[in-house]
Amino acid sequence: MTELRKRGGGGGDPDSTDNISDKEADGEDRLGLSGDAEGECDVDSKTDTPDVPVSTADTDNTPECLTKALEGLPPRWKNYWIRGVLSIPMISSFFLITYMGPIALIVAVMGVQIKCFHEIITIGYRVYHSYELPWFRTLSWYFLICVNYFFYGETVADYFGGLVQREEPLQFLARYHRFISFALYLAGFCMFVLSLVKKHYRLQFYMFAWTHVTLLIVVTQSHLVIQNLFEGMIWFIVPISIVICNDIMAYLFGFFFGRTPLIKLSPKKTWEGFIGGFFSTVIIGFIMAHLMSRFQYFVCPVEFNSETNRFSVECEPSDLFVMQEYTLPAVLQNALKWETVNLYPFAIHSVFLSSFASLIGPFGGFFASGFKRAFKIKDFASTIPGHGGIMDRFDCQYLMATFTHVYIGSFVRGPNPSKVFQQLLMLQPEQQLGIFHTLHSHLRERGMLPPAATQTE
Amino acid sequence: MTDLRHRGARDTDQQQPSEDKGSDSELKPDKDGVSDSESKVDSGVPEVPVPPDDTPEVLNKALSGLSSRWKNWWVRGILTLAMISFFFIIIYLGPMVLMMIVLCVQIKCFHEIITIGYSVYHSYDLPWFRTLSWYFLLCVNYFFYGETVTDYFFTLVQREEPLRILSKYHRFISFALYLTGFCMFVLSLVKKHYRLQFYMFGWTHVTLLIVVTQSHLIIHNLFEGMIWFIVPISCVICNDIMAYMFGFFFGRTPLIKLSPKKTWEGFIGGLFATIVFGILLSYVMASCRYFVCPVEFNNDSNSFQVDCEPSELFQLQEYTLPSVLESVTGWTTVRLYPFQIHSIALSSFASIVGPFGGFFASGFKRAFKIKDFANTIPGHGGIMDRFDCQYIMATFVNVYIASFIRGPNPSKVIQQLLALRPDQQLHIFNSLKAHLIEKGLLPAMEVNA
Repeated sequence: MTELRKRGGGGGDPDSTDNISDKEADGEDRLGLSGDAEGECDVDSKTDTPDVPVSTADTDNTPECLTKALEGLPPRWKNYWIRGVLSIPMISSFFLITYMGPIALIVAVMGVQIKCFHEIITIGYRVYHSYELPWFRTLSWYFLICVNYFFYGETVADYFGGLVQREEPLQFLARYHRFISFALYLAGFCMFVLSLVKKHYRLQFYMFAWTHVTLLIVVTQSHLVIQNLFEGMIWFIVPISIVICNDIMAYLFGFFFGRTPLIKLSPKKTWEGFIGGFFSTVIIGFIMAHLMSRFQYFVCPVEFNSETNRFSVECEPSDLFVMQEYTLPAVLQNALKWETVNLYPFAIHSVFLSSFASLIGPFGGFFASGFKRAFKIKDFASTIPGHGGIMDRFDCQYLMATFTHVYIGSFVRGPNPSKVFQQLLMLQPEQQLGIFHTLHSHLRERGMLPPAATQTE
Repeated sequence: MTDLRHRGARDTDQQQPSEDKGSDSELKPDKDGVSDSESKVDSGVPEVPVPPDDTPEVLNKALSGLSSRWKNWWVRGILTLAMISFFFIIIYLGPMVLMMIVLCVQIKCFHEIITIGYSVYHSYDLPWFRTLSWYFLLCVNYFFYGETVTDYFFTLVQREEPLRILSKYHRFISFALYLTGFCMFVLSLVKKHYRLQFYMFGWTHVTLLIVVTQSHLIIHNLFEGMIWFIVPISCVICNDIMAYMFGFFFGRTPLIKLSPKKTWEGFIGGLFATIVFGILLSYVMASCRYFVCPVEFNNDSNSFQVDCEPSELFQLQEYTLPSVLESVTGWTTVRLYPFQIHSIALSSFASIVGPFGGFFASGFKRAFKIKDFANTIPGHGGIMDRFDCQYIMATFVNVYIASFIRGPNPSKVIQQLLALRPDQQLHIFNSLKAHLIEKGLLPAMEVNA
C-alpha cells in the first residue's frame, strides 16, 4: 500500500497537518546524508519525469532501533509511531534552542534557511534535468551568499551599532554596505551572462529565475523571522508555536470529526478540522501568550551589550506586557459574572496572530501542495523520516513570519530608535541641526521639555 | 530580410518609448491576442507572420527609392531622432510628467514580458491568470508609490485624514492586498494546469522584481535631482550609439558569442566616447538649478518646485592637475564640478557593466526564440528592447547615491522620529544634542534637559 512507499522513502504524507518545526540539529546532521540520498534519486529519476523520488533507491532514514521496535505493528500504525516519535525530538530541540538564547536561534534559522533553499533548488535541477549545467550550482549558492550578506549586513549594522562603530574595517563595510552588496550581486549576474551556453539558454534562464524566486521566498522571510526575534523572543516563539498548534489541532479535529472536504488541492483537509483548529488555536495562543508575557527573557528586545560583548535581554517591559484591566462587554459580564478582567494587551494581539495562522496560514500549505503536485513530487526531500523535508515542515511558517513582521511594524510600534539615530548621524551637519530644532519644538509642544528654554541660536 | 519584419507590426503605436500611451496598452491585449493565436502553432516563437506595415505612409513613400537595407537605417535613424526629441520635451515638462512616463514605460515593459510568457507556455487561456498578473502589478506599484509618496509628500499626507490613515498602515494594507492575490492564486489552481500556473506565477514575480522595483529606483533618483535621472539615461543611450558607430567603422574582433554584432573596438571606443560625453553633458547641466535641485513638493502652492541652493557637488571647484596632464595641456589647475568626476564613474559603469544587461536580454530572446520583445517601435522593436540596459544603470545610480553622495533623506528621518514614542524621542534628542555640542555645532551653553 501507499504506507509501504511512505515508510520506504522516509517521506511523510505531503498533505499532513503535522507541521512540527524541526531544529537545525536534525538539519545539519542530515545535510550530508540527504545530499547523498538525493543524489541517488537524481540519477534514478532523471530518466523519467521527476516523479515520486520515493524510489526504492532511497535509503531509509529511520534508525535501525526504531524499525526493530516497531516491527510487530501494522504498517499504518508504524507510520504514526515514527511520526510521533520524531515529533518529540523536534519539539524538544525547539525548547532546547529557545533556552540557549538568541544566538542559537539565529544560527538555527540560518541553518533552516540554507536547507530549504537547497531542497527547492534540488527540485529545480530534477525538474529541468539540469544538474550538469555549467556553473549553475556555484552561481545559485553564490547568489544565496550575496543576498544573505546583504540582509545580515543591514541587521548587524542596525543592532550592533556600538560594535560596528568601534572596529575600523567594520565601519567601512557598514558605510558602503549597499554598494558592496550590489557589486557582489552584479559579479554574479555578469558570471551568469558569461556562462550562457548555446544549447542550454532556456534551461539556464529557467534556473536563474527559479533561484531568484526561491531567494525571494526563503531568504527574505527568514530575515523577517530574525527581525521579529530581535523585537523580543516572544514574537518569534508565539507565532511559530501557533502555526504548529494549528496544524496539530486541525489534524486532530479532522481525524475525529472530519467529514466535509475543504479544498481539492489537499483532499485530506476538512472543514471541521479547519474550524475546530481555528477555535482551539485562538484559545491555546491566548493561554500561551498569557503565560509567556511575564518573563523578561521572552518579552524584552534583544540587545547587544557592547561592554560584555553578548546579547542581553533585560529591560522594563513595554506597555504590551503589563497587565491591564479591561471592562468586559455586557454579554460576557452576564455569562461570567466578572466585571473586569486582567489581561496582557499582548494576549489580545495574539488573538489576531492566531486568527491569521488558522485562516490564511493554510494557504501557504496549499501553495506547497500545489507545487508538489505540479512537479509530481511527494515531498520536498527526505530529510526527516516520517515527515519529509524541512520545507515540508516550514511551508506555513513563511506567510506567518511576514505577517508578524508587518503587524509589528504597523500596530505595535515602528521604527527602531537606534536605527533612527544611526541615520541621524549620517546626515549632513546642517540637516542635523534642522532636525534638532524641529524635534525641539515638537517636544516642547508636547510638554516633554520645559517651555521656558532659552535657546541660543 | 528581417527589415521587412521590423517594419511590420501589429499595432498602430509608432510613438517613442517614453510617450504616455495608456490607452494603447488597453488596445494591446486584443492585438496581442491575435498574434498569440497565430504563434501558438509553433513552439513559443511569437513571430509575426504577415504583419501590416507600421511605418507611416509618408516615410514609406519618401524612402521607396532606396534599397531595403538603407531604408531600414533611415527608419531607425528617423525614429531615433523622434525619440530623443521626445525625451527633451518630456524633461522640459517637468517632474510630474516624467513620473507618469516612467510609470507607463514600466507598465508596457511588464506587459511585453508577460505576453512572451503566455506565448512560451501557450497559457493564454489559463483561468484568472491575466487578472492576477495585473493585480500583482497593481499591488506592488501601490506599495512602492505609497512609500515614495509618504516620504516626499509628508506634510500633504499629514494634513488629509484619509491619506494619513493610509500612510500609517501602508505596509499592512499592501501586504493584505498582496495576500488576497496570493490566496486567489491558490484557489485558482486547476488540476490539469498546476505546473503552468506555477510557471506563470514565477514568471510574473521575476518580472515584477526586475521591472517594477527598478522603475521605482528611477523615480527615487529623479527626486534627488533631475540630473541624476537624465545623465545616466543619456550615458546609456550615448554608449549604445557610440559603440554602434565605432563598431560600424572599426569593428573587427567579436566581443561575445551571445551578440555576434558587438565588437571589442566598439566596446572600447564606446567607453571612451561615453566618458567624454558624460563629462561634457554634466558640465552643461550642472549649472542649471532646474536639473540640480532635489525635487520638492511645495505644500502651499501644491506643486513641485525645483529651487534651492545647489549643493557642493554642483559648485565649481579647482582641482590641481596631475603633472602628466599639466605638461600636455599647459594648465596647472582646472575648474570642474565635482559632479563631473562622479559622472566618470557613472559613464564607466554604463559602458562596462551596462552591456551585460543587453547580453542578458539577448540571451533571453535567444532562449525563447524571439526576435524582439514586441513590435511597438518600428525599426527598434519593443520598449523593453530600448530599455534593457537602463535597468541595471538605474539600480547602480541609486546605490551610488546612497553610498557616496549622502544617505538618508532628512524628511524621512523626521518622519521616523515623530513616529517613535515620546520617551524614545527624548532620549534621541539628548543624544543628538550631545553629539552636536561635541561637534561644535551648538554652543555648549544649552539650558535644557
